[in-house]
Amino acid sequence: MVATALAIVCLDDLFAVVMLAGIYSLLSACFFVDLDAVDVAFTEASVGAGISTLLMLASLKLVKRYEDKSRYKPLLALGVVTVTGALLIYGTLDMPHFGDPGAPVHHHVADRYIEKSMGEIGVPNIVTSILAAYRGYDTLGETCVIFTAGIGVMSLLMVSRRTREESRKKVPADMSQQVILRIVAKMMIPFILIFALYVQFHGDYGPGGGFQAGVIFAAGIILYTMLFGLGVAQKVFSPEVIKLLTAFGVLVYAGVGMTCIFLGGNFLDYNVLAHDPVHGQHLGILLIELGVGTTVAAVMTTIFFEFTWRTVKHRYK
Amino acid sequence: MNILGLYNYWIVVILILIGFYIVIAHENLIKKLVGLTIFQTAVFFFYISVGKIKGATAPILNDSLQVYSNPLPHCLILTAIVVGISTTALGLALVVRIQEAYGSIEEHELHAQDNNDQLESQLEAYGTRKQFNIMKRT
Amino acid sequence: MTAHYPVLQVIVPLLAAPFCLVLRIPRLVAIFAILVSATAFLISTALLQQVLSHGIVIYELGGWAAPWGIEYRIDQLNGYLLVLISGISTVVLIAAQSSIGRELPENRHTFFYTAYLLCLTGLLGILVTGDAFNLFVFLEIASLSSYILIALGTDRRALTASYQYLIMGTIGATFIIIGVGLMYMMTGTLNMHDLSQRLPEIYKSRTVLCAFGFFIVGVCLKLALFPLHLWLPNAYAYAPSIATAFLAATSTKVAVYVLIRFIFSIFGINFVITSLPLSEIFLVLALAGIFAASISAIYQLNIKRLFAYSSIAQIGYMILGLAIGTQLGLTATLLHLFNHALMKGALFLAIGAVVYRINSSQLHHYAGLGKKMPWTMSAIVVGGLSLIGVPLTVGFVSKWYLVTALLDKGWWPVAVLVLLSSLLAVVYVWRIVEWIYFTPPRIILTDIQEAPLSQLIPIWLLVLANLYFGVDTRLTVGVSKLAAQSLFGVTL
Repeated sequence: MVATALAIVCLDDLFAVVMLAGIYSLLSACFFVDLDAVDVAFTEASVGAGISTLLMLASLKLVKRYEDKSRYKPLLALGVVTVTGALLIYGTLDMPHFGDPGAPVHHHVADRYIEKSMGEIGVPNIVTSILAAYRGYDTLGETCVIFTAGIGVMSLLMVSRRTREESRKKVPADMSQQVILRIVAKMMIPFILIFALYVQFHGDYGPGGGFQAGVIFAAGIILYTMLFGLGVAQKVFSPEVIKLLTAFGVLVYAGVGMTCIFLGGNFLDYNVLAHDPVHGQHLGILLIELGVGTTVAAVMTTIFFEFTWRTVKHRYK
Repeated sequence: MNILGLYNYWIVVILILIGFYIVIAHENLIKKLVGLTIFQTAVFFFYISVGKIKGATAPILNDSLQVYSNPLPHCLILTAIVVGISTTALGLALVVRIQEAYGSIEEHELHAQDNNDQLESQLEAYGTRKQFNIMKRT
Repeated sequence: MTAHYPVLQVIVPLLAAPFCLVLRIPRLVAIFAILVSATAFLISTALLQQVLSHGIVIYELGGWAAPWGIEYRIDQLNGYLLVLISGISTVVLIAAQSSIGRELPENRHTFFYTAYLLCLTGLLGILVTGDAFNLFVFLEIASLSSYILIALGTDRRALTASYQYLIMGTIGATFIIIGVGLMYMMTGTLNMHDLSQRLPEIYKSRTVLCAFGFFIVGVCLKLALFPLHLWLPNAYAYAPSIATAFLAATSTKVAVYVLIRFIFSIFGINFVITSLPLSEIFLVLALAGIFAASISAIYQLNIKRLFAYSSIAQIGYMILGLAIGTQLGLTATLLHLFNHALMKGALFLAIGAVVYRINSSQLHHYAGLGKKMPWTMSAIVVGGLSLIGVPLTVGFVSKWYLVTALLDKGWWPVAVLVLLSSLLAVVYVWRIVEWIYFTPPRIILTDIQEAPLSQLIPIWLLVLANLYFGVDTRLTVGVSKLAAQSLFGVTL
């Protein structure tokens, strides 16, 4: 991984840099699996190696491919980096050793999650119980961040409807000639979408959950768009509806929280949602994961659409 | 033993530094964003390494297993990854708009163009002032 | 319902933001945003009253007790800032509709308000939370939405400014999570109150020192402490005027709050003073910032940029109060937080009104406007006087407390420097006055009228607040003192 990172420093071909960054993400996903963080690995693989690389490539289409290194002033930067590094290494000296079961991290708050989460929440995947219940409010914030990014990309890259109509006529489907690709994809896309739903609802038991599911779902739509062209894709997935869905996910999540208040609990206290606390937790987690999944899938799709419209607009003007 | 015990953290430090270096030393706006991703991912490693316990397994409860790694950092990093991709997406959108507005994404070229704009408004301002002084004298 | 105020404070704008997208009609969205912000303001005043009469308010999110779940914890300090932030936001929004109508194309309006409400959500979320990681999440909501607000500016430089802010802000945020991660590693908790109790055992640890270092640098990037201020001038200068008014009055203040919270409530002032030369570093940087930024302000031709530099200088005063490290110094900082928000809110709104009429923020275009827009211009003058620190304005009150605190500590040379720096403020404010009142316009300004009432009212609300709190200091000084006392007494 260090080698990949160093190669990124040296290369000036941005295409190669982006591809290497994708590889770096994939490697780090493997690393996360090795460290027992399966949920994180899943997310990193789908986000870092998938969506983020895709977006970078989409924007590379619009800019120069090679970096200009003529004005490169590494000295000051090296200085700052050295100081930071020295401070970090200094900080590591008193750290508990890697993998040490006696380290304080594992013994204050973490114990309760591991010992009691089954009884209190009834979900085997502890990461899901923390994410959705114990620290569910963080996840609401996270959904809100994604929504913010969606708003940002929309407001920055929005193409007016007229331009869309005009270019829709001109754009042929990019890969309309590739019959095999199209057939294979047609067969694959339903499976991708079903897999996304599986990940969405299986998050309680294995790695996965709303966020990963949302990304996979978006990937399915993106694949469809790449093969059949933006025009066709937007007839199937209307951008207006998707825009509303981005908002809908956040509303569902916060709405669940408000319902808890009206039912007499604290905000996001799922215990009050059903007669039995564990059932309540189940229902709450199901609903908010749905909210997360909706917002994520909708935002990712929107972001991809907006980037592609920009490319289309440039090519045909 | 001391060195081996901290080895993992030192790798993380090196990755953090490489990422940070790309962000501040490079002029190309896309490369800066790539650097930022590396920087953030390295910090994620740090969190996940903190949560690891030797001989433990992934924190999904199962009757036959006893020791689990700490799940809390995993949950925090899931959130942080999402924040990271949001930042990257927004950054890329800005890069696209900058490319359209300036025709370049190299920092020094942008500065040069900005300075030009600045100079023009400066000249205009001094023009006004000069006219005013002439008027006062006559 | 009263018991749920702490969470409603944040959830109301959070729910409202996506709802804006559903409403879609810009005019409707604008009114809706004002209502939401006003509701937040009412909740915050109720909360402050609760805190003042009953002490700390705690709210457990999801019903999970503190170190396992996330809690909201409101004391005098953040209760006071909640009122400030939501109040300013409401006043600024009243002026928004006409100003945004002029500066942004119609199809961006809804996005603007959505981003604005998200930013408000983020800022309020940072203020109320009692959890270190939750703070990071809301910090990112606030940051991402402020990048959007800035990038919506019409000048193309808004884009580069926003990008630069994004890079610096993300570096800052990443430093903050490194700091939080290190603290978590050593204590096993993320809850602030819990941290403050578990940290003292391991003060000697090098890792804790390192955590503190990273956290402070990260926050200082966000609050634009000299020399980490480079992102600020362009960001303020090219953002839409309303966004500038809102961000200038609120976002750096919240960053200062985070700094205060971590220094005083979590690490404890004793640790900070004994184990690090932080007081000296802050003193030097604050003074350097005050002078460098004030001098730069004098040479600016863009009035928004001028006040942006003046903001950096004012942040210097706040940090100076912290550097003193006494209760009086902290009171001065808290006062200046409040007062500076009032001044900059008024000034940037007034500039927004001028931009609305003449579509320029270049100083030389202001020539002769004194006669055409008397109300707006006099607002700028009062704001300027307040910046200098003339008696009867809020600026005087906070400078007075700052100088007293400095003398109390025996740092009289610094007090002299503070007074000298006020002279620099006199210079840049005078330059503006000269252009406005004593320079005849180059072109004949027949068709320029006074700003519309929807903008004059909020501007003058803030100006009057500037004067009122400059005379009647019971509320501001009282609460600041209480907050400072509680921070120095028992740690949270």
